Amino acid sequence: MKAGQQETRAMNGDEAVAYAVKQSDVDVVAAYPITPQTIIVERFSEYVADGKVKTEFVCTESEHSALSACVAASATGARTFTASASAGLALMHEILYVTSGCRAPVVMAIANRALSAPINIHCDHSDSMAERDSSWVQIYVENSQEAYDSIIQAFRIAEHPDLLLPVMVCLDAFFLSHTLENVKVLPDEAVREFVGNRQLPLITNHNGEKVPFKLDPDNPITMGPLDLFDYYFEHKRQQEEAMQKAAQIITETHNAYSQLTGRRYGNGLVDSYRLEDAEIATVCVGSTAGTTKTVVDQLRAKGVKAGLLRLRNFRPLPVRDIKEALENISAIAVMDRSNSFGGYGGPIFHELRHVLYDTSSHPYVVDYIYGLGGRDMPQNIIKGIYKDLMEIVETKSVKEYVQFAGVR
Amino acid sequence: MVATISWKFTAREIAEKPELFTSGHRACAGCGPAIALRQIMKATRGPTIVTNATGCMEVVSTIYPYTAWKVPWIHTAFENAAANASGIEAALKAMKRKRRLKQEKVDVIAFAGDGGTFDIGIQALSGAAERGHDFLYVLYDNEAYMNTGIQRSGGTPHGASTTTSPGGTDIPGKTQMKKPIADIMVAHEIPYVATASIAYWQDLLIKARKGLEAEGPAFLHVFAPCPRGWRYDTSKTIELARLAVETCIFPLWEAIDSEYSLSPQSKIMTLKPERRKDVREYLKMQRRFGHLFKPKFEHVLTDIQKIIDKRWNKLLKKCSMT
Repeated sequence: MKAGQQETRAMNGDEAVAYAVKQSDVDVVAAYPITPQTIIVERFSEYVADGKVKTEFVCTESEHSALSACVAASATGARTFTASASAGLALMHEILYVTSGCRAPVVMAIANRALSAPINIHCDHSDSMAERDSSWVQIYVENSQEAYDSIIQAFRIAEHPDLLLPVMVCLDAFFLSHTLENVKVLPDEAVREFVGNRQLPLITNHNGEKVPFKLDPDNPITMGPLDLFDYYFEHKRQQEEAMQKAAQIITETHNAYSQLTGRRYGNGLVDSYRLEDAEIATVCVGSTAGTTKTVVDQLRAKGVKAGLLRLRNFRPLPVRDIKEALENISAIAVMDRSNSFGGYGGPIFHELRHVLYDTSSHPYVVDYIYGLGGRDMPQNIIKGIYKDLMEIVETKSVKEYVQFAGVR
Repeated sequence: MVATISWKFTAREIAEKPELFTSGHRACAGCGPAIALRQIMKATRGPTIVTNATGCMEVVSTIYPYTAWKVPWIHTAFENAAANASGIEAALKAMKRKRRLKQEKVDVIAFAGDGGTFDIGIQALSGAAERGHDFLYVLYDNEAYMNTGIQRSGGTPHGASTTTSPGGTDIPGKTQMKKPIADIMVAHEIPYVATASIAYWQDLLIKARKGLEAEGPAFLHVFAPCPRGWRYDTSKTIELARLAVETCIFPLWEAIDSEYSLSPQSKIMTLKPERRKDVREYLKMQRRFGHLFKPKFEHVLTDIQKIIDKRWNKLLKKCSMT
């Protein structure tokens, strides 16, 4: 397969996700509609209605049931997908932990949307950031192309026998979900070959025999048992150990996919932009990285040594990559599109500052909460943030560690 | 459609069939639901996958690293047994379509208690019924949240004392009525709905099998007394399960494609009304109703009889018995 064999299609982010799911030989899709995720399930329903997929589509009565159906379908041996956003993801909260705890490699697309109240259908990251401890791999994409590419990669990552954990692919509501973009797509066979068949590792059953890890009448196993203080802790540690292997699986999958398509997103975990000799840098996830790159270019043209680190993965947190990318930067501004009320800054800030605490260079790290409820993040606000960073470097002091950007 | 073949399920046949819900689980002495599960698993017809809502039966049967299940079994949460069943059924369908399923047919059974059905699980159940998944949903009804310590549910009957509807000095236990859950399921126009009692094991097995044979969702409401929650001697479980039918507080019937018919054990009460027993006989055996026998709350006994009569007459009409 060569990059040249790819076809360019005008699709919005949701359509790109649906198209990737269509190509990934998914057995079960169970979902419930919520703006701005709806186009994903609508397009997929059309593929089902037109006989373009052999997938069983279950249009459930709630997100809670959608994810419950996915866990059980996945446990039965099916490749499984769902999609949600905002309140829908919040309703799934209980089952998010069940999914990872049952080691069900479900893939889910999230069209990141603000949480109620007040009700708001537009983009911020409050929904998925609230689920950062649920043991799901979280990939945040910058554009619709990356949404398409990441969904295909997500199946291979989630189902990797060393991982067996669910993966969320997060795309910004409306900025990506509803905005038309030229997306390069692979031929069906190439995707099919890349994702392969679902692999089922062998586990030891109650009789000490090796059996496939699924609900199989020929080899019955008990899944989701009552697990008390004598075993629960070990099972949770196994989950953490799996998560620690995720980074390598993600980079390997990203590299394999890059060979197929010619497209790369940094090293698959973090995507650096003009950071090599940078003095100041911002850190963000999602589509804001696109705008920020433009600002970085403008600042560079004026001689300012500005850079950007986009986290593609927030879970697992690419600790080593963050340190390597940022330890020589003098001042760093995190841009958080969600808030941790009553905490000290947003969720990305918490983790970034925490990771950088160990570096000998001790860079200044500040936080800007921005764009809640879909508030635009224009270039001038981002420029303002870089200006603040320049001042911090110049004065060697920080006026405010946590601020709101673009708020009245 | 439900096949009209009738299964006999003789005692010999049942005794010879391997146990799929085995001994060694940690249910209490005299547990009604454990009897229900064991019996129902004897009615299976081939490869079967079971999903279980959170509750007594999940807790007692799968304490890691042990299991009482000889079939593939999964528990995920409290309110989603029907959603799990939907997912399993969808996976089986897709894998069959893609020729990845070894078996010709795999049955799916969801077990849930009254809390997981009348209350927190009704949305998932209603959704799965509306979507028409092919599975058998078994409600084992012990009329309160027994696993968490006897709290009232939508399945708790009028007048019963529970830890959240205690029979106090002013309030005589639960003031509301038991939700007519099986009728609600009939209203979903699914192919098969039935009520059963563990006292009539043959009837229970036949109904479980009919539910499995039905193409589409089937709902089986099984009356399963709980000695701990109802406060009676552990030896009286079956006796109470029988009395509930004989007093018409829990009549046995089935609805095939929404057509109601009384099962023989309840039909006899219309043919020979002298066989019908006084509900007080049933109530007085259980300390959860003990407070109703104090003079202050005697009127509740009358109310309970009225509720039973009203529902019984309504049922007779549905069964075209009037």
